[in-house]
Amino acid sequence: MIEAKGLTKRYGATVAVDNLSFEVKPGKVTGFLGPNGAGKSTTMRMILGLDTPTSGDVRIDGQHYRDLRQPLTKIGALLDAKWVHPNRSARAHLAWMAASNKLPKSSVDQALEMVGLTSVANKRAGAYSLGMSQRLGIAGALLGDPEILLFDEPVNGLDPEGILWIRNFMHRLAGEGRTVLVSSHLLSEMAQTAEELIVIGRGRLIAQSSTQEFVDRASGTTIKVRTPQLDQLAGVLHQQQLVTRIEDVEREGKVLFVEGDLTTDQIGEAAAAHGIVLHELTLQRGSLEQAFMQMTGDSVQYHAHDELAHVGDVNLMPPTGVEVASGPKEDN
Amino acid sequence: MSLITVERIKLFSTRSPWWCMIIAAVLSIGLAALATGFATGPQEAEVTPAMTQFGVGLGQMVIMVMAALAVTTEYRFGTIRTSFQAVPQRAALLLNKTIVVAALAAVVGLTASWGSWAIGNLLAPTADMAINTSAEWRLMFGQAFVYALSAIFAIAIGILIRQSAGAIAILILWPLLVESLLPLIPKIGDDLQKWTPFTNANQFLNGEQDMGLAGAEAAGASTALSPWWALAYYAAWAIGVLVIALVTASKRDA
Repeated sequence: MIEAKGLTKRYGATVAVDNLSFEVKPGKVTGFLGPNGAGKSTTMRMILGLDTPTSGDVRIDGQHYRDLRQPLTKIGALLDAKWVHPNRSARAHLAWMAASNKLPKSSVDQALEMVGLTSVANKRAGAYSLGMSQRLGIAGALLGDPEILLFDEPVNGLDPEGILWIRNFMHRLAGEGRTVLVSSHLLSEMAQTAEELIVIGRGRLIAQSSTQEFVDRASGTTIKVRTPQLDQLAGVLHQQQLVTRIEDVEREGKVLFVEGDLTTDQIGEAAAAHGIVLHELTLQRGSLEQAFMQMTGDSVQYHAHDELAHVGDVNLMPPTGVEVASGPKEDN
Repeated sequence: MSLITVERIKLFSTRSPWWCMIIAAVLSIGLAALATGFATGPQEAEVTPAMTQFGVGLGQMVIMVMAALAVTTEYRFGTIRTSFQAVPQRAALLLNKTIVVAALAAVVGLTASWGSWAIGNLLAPTADMAINTSAEWRLMFGQAFVYALSAIFAIAIGILIRQSAGAIAILILWPLLVESLLPLIPKIGDDLQKWTPFTNANQFLNGEQDMGLAGAEAAGASTALSPWWALAYYAAWAIGVLVIALVTASKRDA
């Protein structure tokens, strides 16, 4: 089990990780989710004793990483697939890692076999594709047959085949009863691999729950209703303690949205009981990504501001009369 | 012992250390060939064993570059983090790296010194090339100490600087320029120079040496210390910087 308590990392004035506490439960795949720059990698480096926390601490089965003997037999990690000398062969890379933790030479062959790199093991690692480097990194993580595994954005930049391979691999590791902590900035990816989620934004904990719970909460349903008797229906629904909101939708006029866990049947029946005409009644399920962005929206460090929309004002374009897409319309 | 194995595998599984070692030996022996081969006629008799050893100092520079690269490439390619992840006892790991590189440097130092002497023997057959004074024995075997300590010094600088170009610049400029330009400072310059590390390493090798044809000037500046104390002083520098480097590496973020 990995346990973080009040973990904080400051670089000068910037706070990368802010009073973060969480638990990674044994025998499960836990997704470590957050937008880019949220502090996931910094947290993982602190778990592995590479960076020292400014305050707070993180322990692996009650021990600090720095105090572990033969740590590769306890916890394996892949933080960056590029952390290999490009002129060293994959076999030599794994050989020194094995020697450092007194692992038998056979563990190198086993790890190579497990990730399917046996045939290219003697080639220099610099010639590997990203997918192959990622596999080599995973081989390094598995070398000591550890019960805990840490992966930082393992599918980043991989092609679909590579992504599928990693995903299946995670399932296999979990099936073997290992504890896996895998970071990602994609909720949809995590929804497919992780049982538990730790969600952070700007270095702070946003949520720790099971994936199912998080997804249910995140993708709550909304019912969209169009009716000429808008206010009347809203009044009826209010009496039933339902939360409603009226919005101006482009080309559709005023539309009523009903929030909460309910079905279209209830609304339709309520409308019929009061003789209200309905033009539209649809159930809308929010997308995972949308919900995730809503939850972490305030905590994204670098927003992409809509500055492009104003490019026309800055006189970057010659005044040819061509309108800048989505720019404000000007009266000439 | 397992950490020695780790660093041995790391060092020998890439090509550049091999090249550095070959270049160090070839440069040393090649310069000895030039220094003795061009001494002809009556000059040939004035060649001494010490004269064959100038190039060995150049080889020492190459070995320092190799030693610094053994650390800085780990930072450059991120393998230092993989290393610290595998062995969180950072000082122990880096100390074992230092031992491996220093031992190797000593072997190269001996190869360079005796190889240079042998080629001098071959090219200046009429000269007295017998090694029969204690100063000459010190010079021939002493290259092993100087090479090893220089490697330790270079590794320490590599750990502190973490960057190939910066570390190599320091390791080249320090002995070649900084120490030899110090005497230009009036009044205190000469005294300052006497207490610099590489000048003392030189004092250990070349103090009380018969430079023959090259003349006494070739021995370079001499220091306040006797040769063996000069070596101890050089060792104190190398080990001192290494200790600072190990403490720094253990504390800072990898």
